[in-house]
Amino acid sequence: MNGIAVSCLIGLPAIAILIMLAAPRPVLAERLNLVTSGVCLSAALVMVATTPAIGIGYLGRYLIVDPFGAWVILCAAIVYFLSSIFSCGYMRMLDEDQRLPRFYQLFAMFALTIFVAPLMNNPGLYWIAIEMTTVVSTFLVAFEQAPEAIEAGWKYIIIVSAGITLALLGTVIFYWGGTFILGSTYDMTWRVLRHAAPGMSHSLLVLGFLLVLVGYGTKVGLAPMHTWLPDAHSEGPAPVSAMLSGALLNAAMVGIVRYLAVLHRANLFDLPDQLLILFGTVSLLVAALFIVRQRGVKRLMAYSSVEHMGIVALGFGFGGPFGVAGAMYHMLNHSLNKSLMFFGAGNAMRSFGTKSMMRIRDYAQHFPVGAALWLAGAVAITGAPPFGLFASEFTILRAGFSGIGLWAAVVMLALLIVIFIGFLNHFRIMYYEPANRPEQKAAVLTAPSRWNIAPMWLALVPLLVFGLWWPRAMWQDFQTVERTIQGPAVLHAAVVEHAVNGAVAFRTLAPRAPS
Amino acid sequence: MHGFHASPVETSLFSVLAIASLLLAFVMLGSRWLKHYLIAFAAESWIIAILSAAIGYIDHYPELYVIALLTIVFRGTLLPYLLLRITRRLTIERELEPLLRPSSSLVLGAAGVVFSLMVAARMAYTLPAATEVIILALTVMLSMKLIGYLMLAVRHEAISHVLGLLVLENGIFLGTQILVPGMPMLLELVILFDLLIIVVCFGVLVRYLMGQVGSTSALQLRRLVG
Repeated sequence: MNGIAVSCLIGLPAIAILIMLAAPRPVLAERLNLVTSGVCLSAALVMVATTPAIGIGYLGRYLIVDPFGAWVILCAAIVYFLSSIFSCGYMRMLDEDQRLPRFYQLFAMFALTIFVAPLMNNPGLYWIAIEMTTVVSTFLVAFEQAPEAIEAGWKYIIIVSAGITLALLGTVIFYWGGTFILGSTYDMTWRVLRHAAPGMSHSLLVLGFLLVLVGYGTKVGLAPMHTWLPDAHSEGPAPVSAMLSGALLNAAMVGIVRYLAVLHRANLFDLPDQLLILFGTVSLLVAALFIVRQRGVKRLMAYSSVEHMGIVALGFGFGGPFGVAGAMYHMLNHSLNKSLMFFGAGNAMRSFGTKSMMRIRDYAQHFPVGAALWLAGAVAITGAPPFGLFASEFTILRAGFSGIGLWAAVVMLALLIVIFIGFLNHFRIMYYEPANRPEQKAAVLTAPSRWNIAPMWLALVPLLVFGLWWPRAMWQDFQTVERTIQGPAVLHAAVVEHAVNGAVAFRTLAPRAPS
Repeated sequence: MHGFHASPVETSLFSVLAIASLLLAFVMLGSRWLKHYLIAFAAESWIIAILSAAIGYIDHYPELYVIALLTIVFRGTLLPYLLLRITRRLTIERELEPLLRPSSSLVLGAAGVVFSLMVAARMAYTLPAATEVIILALTVMLSMKLIGYLMLAVRHEAISHVLGLLVLENGIFLGTQILVPGMPMLLELVILFDLLIIVVCFGVLVRYLMGQVGSTSALQLRRLVG
């Protein structure tokens, strides 16, 4: 089953792209992409359910399906499915139907590259896959071909390509470290690196990790390497922004976490964890500052992505059963929630014909359903209960308060409050502030179609469910990953017991937990 | 246990080649004419190719001959040619408003080399069997990275940015040949291919930039802030 799921995830988008190239017709491309994304989502679900704890290798071990990779692919597949539905409505509003086949070819290829990256068993090939995601998505960001879009695309490819060469250098350093143990030629895989780590020189491991963290951190959007992110997220079409934010950033986080596991095996805990915590905190700080003073509606969402990737980094940095579980749960919730937010932003942008929040007024009176969904999403993304992000942020904070990152947890809590106030204040103005100036009233309003509203429901409902009920199977899956990342050194009885108690404690917190 | 055993003569050959490519990076940093960048970049790639072949011969890694050949074809010939075509189409000959004078960037570049040497020496201190060539390779690798970033930071022309990226990659490639000559060939092939794709993408984007923004200078890209 697992093998079939993997072949579906890689094969179907590839076949769809070929068909679209052979028969470039708008409606065909649209439907084909929709069907592909639906099947990919089911395949990803099957994959997560059937992946054993130690992982399975395919194609002569070039591909690895392990619980962590499968989880990230599931997050990506969810976003791909939701944004494919949304595209059916949104891309029609651009009035460029003849360019739709090109859009869907690139869109499916973008999804394909994101699915492939976490499957790569060789760190070097993983680097190439991440680089490919950049190349493909640049053209999606620049798709609307306005000067701003081209500018965003250019900045995106320059900053990310330059940043990611650091990760390549880091990869070489890791390989070099391995040659002292394994001989000058060996097959570098994540597992081989983890096994060789205890014998590697610590200074090489640290140098390599620093380079990798900054390199992939550029792609993840950790501050201060985040500068491409608000531009690219705000100028691409809304479904592309959702994919960038909900799927791509997680795929780049995979690299950081896998190298973190290598360092943990070498008994290097303090330094890499503190570094992740530091980058996470700085990201939260930068995001908070820019969210409070933001004017562009999609840039607001983009800075919120910086914030949430910072929180995920904090989760992995805090480590332990709570930190890792919280970070992985946060990935899923963020993928759902950020898709919802970008869909809402796209609808508002198209309805009012502007990206500026100053000119969006009385949104709720014009479009009650879409507005209500978007507002619920805004409440959710600031981490308010009863939505999923509350559960994951709460768990990460718990990890912070019980571990090495007490100061960061306190700062995180304070910044989350600032972001809550700043973010919802923008929504208060857009929804309830009366339109005074004439240009605010003169906006031409176009109503979103059913295609634009349906994916918002599909994102919000699971988000609510995950806020109230954390499935036990998911928790166990996270603990499997946690054991891989933290390494055997810390896996003593007390930690395991702590984890089990934590699971019980958490479920008592969630009202609808199964007995 | 390391794949690098060379006599003093061979060691000095590697050192000369590594230092020559670092010097060419400085030529790129100090020059204002886009054509000079391209020639320096091509020459640098050829030197790296010679280095690969030399290491392949001395250390008995026959696959490095293939890498050397591909380096000459792709990095030494095809990429400079593609970039030259783009430059001709744009009718831009030189960097018009550099942020720093070439002399100042040269000084900064020299400071970068000193910093790299310090890092490399410290790293080598903790390693078993660290020879002078390894320190040199690490120094050149790190300083070409810093010089590449410097070029990205102080230049505005789109082509200079692309060349800055290529210098970043050349530095890594050079270091890889000396530090880990046994690295599986698959990786190096894929990276070469990846470079080619990136340059083609840049070509397309440069055309968009000309069409929509009307300029290929990053100074004009200032609509998106905050």
